[in-house]
Amino acid sequence: MTDFYPPAIFFEGTIFEFNRITLVRLIAAAVLVTLFVLAARRAKLVPGRGQGVAEMALDFVRVQIAEDILGKENARRHLTLLTIMFFTIFAMNITGIVPFLNIAGSSLIGFPLVMAIVAYVAFIAAGVRKHGGLGYLKTSLFPSGVPWPIYIILTPIELISTFVLRPATLTVRLLVNMVAGHLLLVLCFGATHYLFLEAAPAFKAFGAITFAGGFAFTLFEIFVAALQAYIFTLLTAVYINLSEEAH
Amino acid sequence: MILAAEGEQNLLLPAAYDIIWSLVVLAIIAVAFLKVLPVFTRILDERTARIEEGLAASERAKELAATSAAEQEQILLEARSEAAKLREDARGEAAAIVAEARTKATAEAARIAETAQRQIESERQAAAVSLRADVGSLATQLASKIVGESLEDAARQSRVVDRFLDELEAQTLAGSGSPAKEK
Repeated sequence: MTDFYPPAIFFEGTIFEFNRITLVRLIAAAVLVTLFVLAARRAKLVPGRGQGVAEMALDFVRVQIAEDILGKENARRHLTLLTIMFFTIFAMNITGIVPFLNIAGSSLIGFPLVMAIVAYVAFIAAGVRKHGGLGYLKTSLFPSGVPWPIYIILTPIELISTFVLRPATLTVRLLVNMVAGHLLLVLCFGATHYLFLEAAPAFKAFGAITFAGGFAFTLFEIFVAALQAYIFTLLTAVYINLSEEAH
Repeated sequence: MILAAEGEQNLLLPAAYDIIWSLVVLAIIAVAFLKVLPVFTRILDERTARIEEGLAASERAKELAATSAAEQEQILLEARSEAAKLREDARGEAAAIVAEARTKATAEAARIAETAQRQIESERQAAAVSLRADVGSLATQLASKIVGESLEDAARQSRVVDRFLDELEAQTLAGSGSPAKEK
């Protein structure tokens, strides 16, 4: 567990305390920004390889997430937010399996929480812009087409699920996935290390098994990194869509 | 941070530095993407426009080709029918020319034959006229001969005259038939 609370590097004791995970985040951000700026700088009408890959990734967010959930018209307005969200989360997740970084930038609660707050603000703002402040509260807390006594039960449920649980689940899902992934990898590779180098000769064979497990989990983590980014962005799109639609 | 300082580490409670650095990272990425994304959007839109343009152009070219091909077909058809008509006309004209030539030749031949006939006739008449004149003088000569020789025998006299006339007749016939035999 101490992996998640490494000693500070700079500014220890201030709110700008800077530690390994923070450094990893900055590196991930720098790499992501560099890649896209390079792709954009050399962007041409007929794409080269790098631009093709960048466009494919951007297209994935645009088509699979934004246009699928929101429809072509609405997708345009939220596309920038969703794209930033997807790539930021993916970059933070993927550091978990990058050698020497070896910890996901999103495996400390600050980052998932910040992203969840962004999503929270985004879907509430979308609802308020569409229906007005009171109108949004009304459509989300008092869905129409329900006999009024049901509101006694329904409204508290909606209140909690929409305004409390949504950001909480977004945060916790991402956080726990990344933490669990990191723990699995640490366990597998830690065990491999121990079994190969320090255990009795009879146990060394088990090291191969744990190494294979670690290898498999590394591949799995790549998948999870993309999947969690996808889910987070997708759910944000769904929440925005729900806010904009009258119930 | 407070919790961390106390040594109590709760996964679900964020430290302030954690949130702040997350915000910094997010801000960096957001600023970069806000600059980068429009570039891609512009490029994509431009490419879409270009592709649509290209498709439209090719559509137009195809249409043009189709119409020009049809026109050519039409022209070819017309040319062919015109050639056929010309050939037909020429054939008819040739036939007319041949027919005309034939009638002209026939008429010419007939005219030549007639002229020859007429010439022969007139020559024959001229011969007959001159012969008659000769016969008269000869008859007179003969008569004077007979008279001069003797007129005692009337029978002999008439015989002589007959014989002479017969000779003359034979001579005339031979002369008109083939004058060469006479010589």
